[in-house]
Amino acid sequence: MINHDDYVKINIGPSHPAMHGTLRVVAYTDGETVVSADPEIGYLHRGVEKLGEHLSYHQFIPITDRLNYCSAICNNVSYEMAVEKLLGVSAPEKAQLVRVIMMELARIADHQVCVGILGVDLGAFTPFFYLIIQREEIYEIFEHYNGARLTNTFGRIGGVEADLPKDFEQRWKKLKEGIARANEETDKLLTHNRIWMDRTIGVTTFSAEDALAWGFTGPCLRACGVKRDLRKDEPYSVYDRFDFEVPVGKYGDVFDRYMVRMREMEESVKIIDQAFKLYKDMPADAPLMAKVPKTIKPPAGEVYSAIESPNGELGFFIKSDGSDKPYRIKIRPPCYMVYQAFPEMVKGEMIADLIACLSSLNVIAGELDR
Amino acid sequence: MNDLIIALIKVVFIWVWVLLIAVVMTWVERRGAAMIQDRPGPNRAGPFGLLQPLADGIKLFTKEDIIPAKAKKLLFILGPILFSLPAFSAYAVVPFGDKIVLGGKEIILQVADVNIGFLYIVALGSMAVYGIVVGGWASNNKYSILGGLRATAQLISYEVPWGLALLAIVLVYGTFSLREIALAQQGTFLGILPNWGVFKQPLGFILFIVAAYAEANRVPFDLPEAESEIVSGYHTEYGSMRLGVYLFGEYVNLCTLSALIVTFFFGAWHLPYINMASFLGPISYGIASFLVFFLKVSFFLWLFVWVRWTVPRFRYDQVMGLGWKALIPLGLLNLFLTALAIQLTA
Amino acid sequence: MSLKDQVQSCLGPLVVAVSECQGDLSVEVSRENIKAALSKLKEDPGLSFDFLSDLFGVDNSELYKKTAAKPAKKAEAETAPEEPPKPQEFPPRFEVIYLLLSLKTNKRLQVKVRVPEENPVVDSVVSLFKAATWPEREAYDMYGIRFNGHPDLRRLLMWEGFPAYPLRKDYPLEGRGEERHLIYD
Repeated sequence: MINHDDYVKINIGPSHPAMHGTLRVVAYTDGETVVSADPEIGYLHRGVEKLGEHLSYHQFIPITDRLNYCSAICNNVSYEMAVEKLLGVSAPEKAQLVRVIMMELARIADHQVCVGILGVDLGAFTPFFYLIIQREEIYEIFEHYNGARLTNTFGRIGGVEADLPKDFEQRWKKLKEGIARANEETDKLLTHNRIWMDRTIGVTTFSAEDALAWGFTGPCLRACGVKRDLRKDEPYSVYDRFDFEVPVGKYGDVFDRYMVRMREMEESVKIIDQAFKLYKDMPADAPLMAKVPKTIKPPAGEVYSAIESPNGELGFFIKSDGSDKPYRIKIRPPCYMVYQAFPEMVKGEMIADLIACLSSLNVIAGELDR
Repeated sequence: MNDLIIALIKVVFIWVWVLLIAVVMTWVERRGAAMIQDRPGPNRAGPFGLLQPLADGIKLFTKEDIIPAKAKKLLFILGPILFSLPAFSAYAVVPFGDKIVLGGKEIILQVADVNIGFLYIVALGSMAVYGIVVGGWASNNKYSILGGLRATAQLISYEVPWGLALLAIVLVYGTFSLREIALAQQGTFLGILPNWGVFKQPLGFILFIVAAYAEANRVPFDLPEAESEIVSGYHTEYGSMRLGVYLFGEYVNLCTLSALIVTFFFGAWHLPYINMASFLGPISYGIASFLVFFLKVSFFLWLFVWVRWTVPRFRYDQVMGLGWKALIPLGLLNLFLTALAIQLTA
Repeated sequence: MSLKDQVQSCLGPLVVAVSECQGDLSVEVSRENIKAALSKLKEDPGLSFDFLSDLFGVDNSELYKKTAAKPAKKAEAETAPEEPPKPQEFPPRFEVIYLLLSLKTNKRLQVKVRVPEENPVVDSVVSLFKAATWPEREAYDMYGIRFNGHPDLRRLLMWEGFPAYPLRKDYPLEGRGEERHLIYD
């Protein structure tokens, strides 16, 4: 235990330019070096789990939007799949394909924001705009699908509400080029930039054993060199049909996390291409919804279902008592597990590295505090 | 008496001119950033958003002036003044053109042609750090103090390579006067190149421009105000026009530094291979030399903007490492090589 | 050998009950044995449940009330109304559920312990899985379940000094109007 009187206490957040949302880190510093950093969370705690116990199964879908608001669609689908598992139904194939396409778009959007913000926090503003322009195009597609941009409330329990918009193919073609261009420009501006490399390589490295012990999942775990992706390891939905790579890093530092995210965007583009090809081959009148009663009253039981959200394993545990409301909903947010290792990661690094580390972990307050 | 009036006119002219450039620079910065980042930028106030700086100025002036309760009041007020004064004063010895002949009287386009202009510049450059440190300390905020600390370390470290690069220039031209240095860059060097400092001192130029970026607290050396780390650094607690003076001082600083770069390394008002004085009348020559000088300065001002929106920020220890482990040894080496070359060719 | 048999043979007498819902296997162990059970599951070469996915509490009080209410109504009609209802024996109020994952076999397992209301204490598993650090704090914060041996058991989402445990079923959705009084020096 350190003697806190010897050091300068700095309250970073909850309102601070680099604390996205409402995070707070109580840091003790010796000059510029961080001696200890203790994250304080709960500033965005809205009692989502408590709310879930008082809402019907359908009513909870919009609440899940407010978890990781950068990729709301993944939250929606994860929840819907958990309820479907509880009911013992599964969405028809066409609905699954629509879900995959939308989820991968959301993944790209999420990674774009994360990489862009990482750049901003390290002082490189410009890549952020290149990426955010393309994210805007993705949001246009979302808007054409069901009218919502950020909090999508996508899908239904048992399927999806509609086919892809008619102009999807055309939009996707344009978007694909845009994403490739934005990634290329970001790559040119950052990846081999000497300052960027100095700022990210070897900063807050984390070993694979530590990462697993702390419950890391998603890009943060893959950056440490563990090839684990629920889309490959526990294929849900129709992910077993697609051919894609799982990019991994080696040292688990900021640079590896950045590179994993950049590469994952490319893989997502591949998945969407393949999924859309399958989707086009489906008959136009193929069902989009499984047979699900209007009032959902699943049998009593407990299930846990997880998907690979952009941040990692996003799971929903639902306990049902046979009524029309869940008895208990527990959300397993991916960045929650990652963020608890934060003090260990930044100990002995500098204040600037603390910020870089936090941005690269992509901690989303909505998901963290629920 | 006549001389006094002329000097006064020059002072007022350069004051207004630098202010104007600084004002336009805020617009250039924002439009330039927008251009680089594929977005329109401010385009509502006036044509091309040109009146945006005016709107900003009105906003800053009419905002409530808050002095934090626990701040040290006198120093808090003094901070921005200490910061912006040296920036303005430094321009006194920087030429902005050659000379103009009006009514048979030769007027040098420079406020004061002092023979130790070089020392004056270095001295005033060091003064600017007081404004930052005082502001950071008086704010009584941990982020501000951190910003002040960073500024102190950075500015003092980069003063050294800055001075070393300038010393080499002094060795080459054998004078401390900025006007004489500028005059000596007429003609050609080695028969083909323009006789500019950058060709005689290529390494010195790189050292000088890197140190200049650090002196101006610009990306990649904007650590004292690193927005994402220490909120706004030394001016976190400042608002209204006090903040405006800090931001403004920064642009005036850029202006001065660009003018210095042009004077020392890019032939001041001289065009390469062309001797303007030989075919232009005395008045038109004066104006032409001023315009050429201004054009060169604008390029370096734009370079400041360009670099800012392209590269990320250094970390504190990396800035120190670059300053002490790379720039200073290189500066010493450059000085030695220059001295050797002069000795050998003499 | 199915996962169920494997787990049963691994844990042996530690297993109190086994249940399955839509393919999710759930094993109940007694409160005292949780640490031993988890470390056995972690070290067993065939199972190697070495990744703690999540940990959380569940308040079953309302569930018990519901199941108890149905027979009580029936009884009302048949027996004399004067007779006071018998106090029913409920299982302990709280549950703590551990979601385990095996990285080797990609199989998941729920391990459950029941925690009584009067003495809500469970052994902390932070020494086995560092990932349990915050989830245990959260379970303490939300249900008042204390974890024996946790290095830093403070409230996580609610503030220090919050007078209730908000995810308990007897806590109203709207809250009770607690206010946080910030103290400035």
